[in-house]
Parts: sequence; structure tokens; C-alpha cells
Amino acid sequence: MRFVYLDYNATTPLDERVLEAMMPYLKEQYGNPSSIYRFAQNARKAVEDARAKVATLLNASEREIVFTGGGTEANNYAIKGFAFANRHKGNHIITSQIEHHAVLNVCKYLEERHGFEVTYVPVDSYGVVDVDAVREAIRDDTILITIMHANNETGVLQPVEEIAKLAKERGICFHTDAIQVAGKMRVDVQALGVDLLSISAHKFYGPKGVGALFIRKGVRIDPLIHGGHQEMGKRAGTENVAGIVGLAEAFALAHEGMEEEWEREKRLRDKLERGILERIPDVIVNGHPEKRLANTLNIVVKYVEGEAMLLSMDVEGICASSGSACTSGSLEPSHVLTAMGIPHELAHGSLRFSLGRFTTEEDIDYVLDVLPKVVERLREISPYGVGKEELERAAEYSSRRRQVH
Amino acid sequence: MYTEKLLEHFRNPRNYGRIEDADGVGKVGNPVCGDVMYLYIKVDDGRIADIKFETFGCAAAIATSSMVTEMVKGKTIEEALQITNKAVAEALGGLPPIKMHCSLLAEEGLKAAILDYYSRRGIEPPQELVERLKRLRGEDTHDAAE
Repeated sequence: MRFVYLDYNATTPLDERVLEAMMPYLKEQYGNPSSIYRFAQNARKAVEDARAKVATLLNASEREIVFTGGGTEANNYAIKGFAFANRHKGNHIITSQIEHHAVLNVCKYLEERHGFEVTYVPVDSYGVVDVDAVREAIRDDTILITIMHANNETGVLQPVEEIAKLAKERGICFHTDAIQVAGKMRVDVQALGVDLLSISAHKFYGPKGVGALFIRKGVRIDPLIHGGHQEMGKRAGTENVAGIVGLAEAFALAHEGMEEEWEREKRLRDKLERGILERIPDVIVNGHPEKRLANTLNIVVKYVEGEAMLLSMDVEGICASSGSACTSGSLEPSHVLTAMGIPHELAHGSLRFSLGRFTTEEDIDYVLDVLPKVVERLREISPYGVGKEELERAAEYSSRRRQVH
Repeated sequence: MYTEKLLEHFRNPRNYGRIEDADGVGKVGNPVCGDVMYLYIKVDDGRIADIKFETFGCAAAIATSSMVTEMVKGKTIEEALQITNKAVAEALGGLPPIKMHCSLLAEEGLKAAILDYYSRRGIEPPQELVERLKRLRGEDTHDAAE
């Protein structure tokens, strides 16, 4: 059976060349970078070379890059670290309703357990953060704004440059979670004007469990992990040398032919989008048609539930994801889609396809062959045939009731 | 997360479709919550001679629908009324805790269809049935579609 992986926004396979670069540090070069003898200095050099490589690619300086145990840690570190170190300046944080849980739940934690006040700004129906809402949310005691660079579910690119400018004018620190963007398009911290920026290796064909945080020189931030003096005292714990080497190597490789790869994935993504719309009735595309990562397609298939589609596609060897409640581990559908004003009954039928380096034309053709059959079959099992209007009436009725409640 | 038995019912659901001249129809669930079940029964001489379902929902919702129809087909109304959501879940080898509401939906669909059958025949439904349906509608936190 064919295996078609279209979930690159969830994770990517490790690039062979990256594994090769990592191998010496998993095997013979096992020295602790903090040790003084020459043998360990090889590991030290590897970490520092990796830092220099990442710094160059982000247009930052070496001392502004701190390696972390992944993207979630980078986001936790940025937000908690900044909030705790700067509390004397103010108590207010601004974020958006569509952030990844690695940002959203950090903000909620600070709000609920540490008494910070957080404003969650809305997005428009395309899933773009409203810059005016950010402007209006700014208060005298706002210390931090954290808005993602691109959304992981819809791929929609956010107006980070504008928000960074706004933050700078008001002397507010600006963090962006660039985890879905890094490796797909060039990320330049100077051009973006951000103060803190998170990236994660496994989203760009690097290993899992390693990420990095850019911390602009002069930004005060408390460590999240206390211990030894590693990472300039900013992140304790013996360095994940192989992981760090892998991150840097993968990041560098992702920049080779980056624009061509973007165009290639965009062409395939657009073909998938067009093909689905042509073949399946009652489908909606979510997100902004242009301001979107080239690899991401998020759709709603009306009157079909997302998890049922995923499991049916899985039988045919296709891997994708959904914002349906059933895949979130809760009874609520995706917070991103509902923030865009997509009603619950539609959000349950969402599907995300995210393409990557190894996606081929044949993969897309295969999905275009399989998905219409999957949808047709599930609609056959569902009251879609008789009850389409009835389902809409029922949904409308209960939405009204929910508003009244 | 799902048992093989459940996946098998999801992939090959029994008794799906519609009965145009049904003697009782249960329409339960809510599209806003992500699952809707229509359950049709044909009653002959006090027995469920035919049963079909149409379900919009996740794999567990489709599998529990399929299982409940299989369990009651050919049974008397009285026997069918004894079926609980737990029995449906157990017959599938168990459900993840977060999916237990799917088995409630299956029981509710069956009981709503039987209630509809009683009311079409002008038969006073057993008080237990009316009470159980009320509880099911509260318990599974889904509003009835109508």
C-alpha cells in the first residue's frame, strides 16, 4: 500500500545528512562540553559552531541564541522568563486567541497562578490577528506581546512586523513563536524587529527535543531551568550536543533552495486544494488565500467528522490531521477555527494537510483519488442525504440557544 | 486508543441506511457537538424486524451505532429496552473514557426510536423509558437535535 505523509506541520522526518552530522556526537565524541580537556573541547566547538550557524541564518549574533529542549520550552522560557524578570515594569501581557497551546497555556498559567493580566486578541475570518485590536489592547502596564509568526493549523501568516513596530514604539517586548515558519521561509530577526523568537528543529527535518530561542541583546529574562552555567547561564543542563548539531545542520540545509522548495510545495498544495474543491461538494477552505504558508491546506468538509476521515484515510495509508474535538482529547473543536468564527459543527469536520520536502505529485494524485471516496462513504453513513437542511437548522437552533445561555 | 472490534465496526458498519416506512425514528445528538444519529426501526409483532442508522460523528459514534443495531435486531421491544450504553461499550471491547458519550448517544437513539414507535401507535410509554431518555439527554451533555 502507498504511504503518503501529509502532516509535516506536526513533525518531519530526520534528514539523512542531519543524522550523519549528528552521529559523531552520539558515538565517539561523547565529551561534556563543559569539561576542560581537549577531548571534550570537540563537543564544545560543535555546540558553538552550531550557535554561530543558527545566529547567521537568523541574522542575530551568537550570544543571542540559546538552545532549548524543543519549541515548547523555547516558548515557555520566552514568556515566563520575560514576565518574571520584568514584573516590576508591569503586569499585562497581550497574546492572540489562535496561539499554539505552548503559548496559550503558558499565558493562562501566568494569569491563573501568578496574577498576570492577559488580553487574548481576536482574529478576522481569515485567521489573521487584528493589529488594531493589539494596538487597543496596549496599556501602560503592558510588558510583553506574544503573537505567532504563522499558525500551525491554518498556515496563516501573521502581521508580526507591524506588531513588532507597534511594540517597539511603546517600549514593549515582542516575542514570536516562529516554529512553523523557520525552515520554510527566511526568518530575519532584524527585519522582523522581534525581541524574542522561538524555533524547533523537528519542524525542519532535524531531531525532536531540541529548539532555540533568540533573545535580543539587552532583553532581561529569568532562566526557566536552573542549574549549571551552560548556555551563558541562561539554560542549565548538559548540552544536547548531537541535537544542537542536528538543529543547526537541518536549519542550514533548509535554506538551500528554500525559495524553489516553497514554490514547489505551493504548486502541489494548490493542486490539492483545487482538486478537492472540484471533486467534493460542500467543502470550505480555511485561512487566508495568499497570506499562508505554501505547504498548508486547512479545509472543512461539511457533514463529516474529522476523526472519522482521518481513520478512514489511515486505512489507505494517508497521514493528515484534524481540528475536530475527537482528535483534541477534549469535546471542543479547534480553538483556532472557532476563533475565526467557524461554527462548531463545521470545525468538527476540519482537515489539515501539510506538505513537505518529500511530497510528490503522485502523493497528491493519490489523496485526490482516496479522499472523495472516504467522504462519499461517510456521508452515506450519515444523515447527509436526507437531513442536510435539517442538520443546518438543528445547528443554527442550538447555536442560538448557546448564545442565549 | 480504539479496540480492533470498534475499528472493525467503524470500517464495516452494520445496518446503516434509512427505512423509509419506519415505525419509529429516533433523531438524537447535535451537529454542534459533532455527533448526530438517526435511528429507524421497523416493528413486526412486537419485535424489531429491521433497524437502520445514519450517523454523523467520529469513529466511536459510528461503531456504537453499528453495534447497537446489531444487538437489538430481531429482539422484542422489551428486550431492546434493556440495552444500556454500558452494554454497547462492552460489546465493542470498551471505549476510551472521553468517548463514553458515544455509547450514550447509541442508547438514546434506540430509546428515542422506541418512544416514537409508542407514540405513533398511541401506546402509553413505560415511565422508566421516559425517565431514562430525560436522563440521557442531560447526562451526555448534548442537547436533542429537535
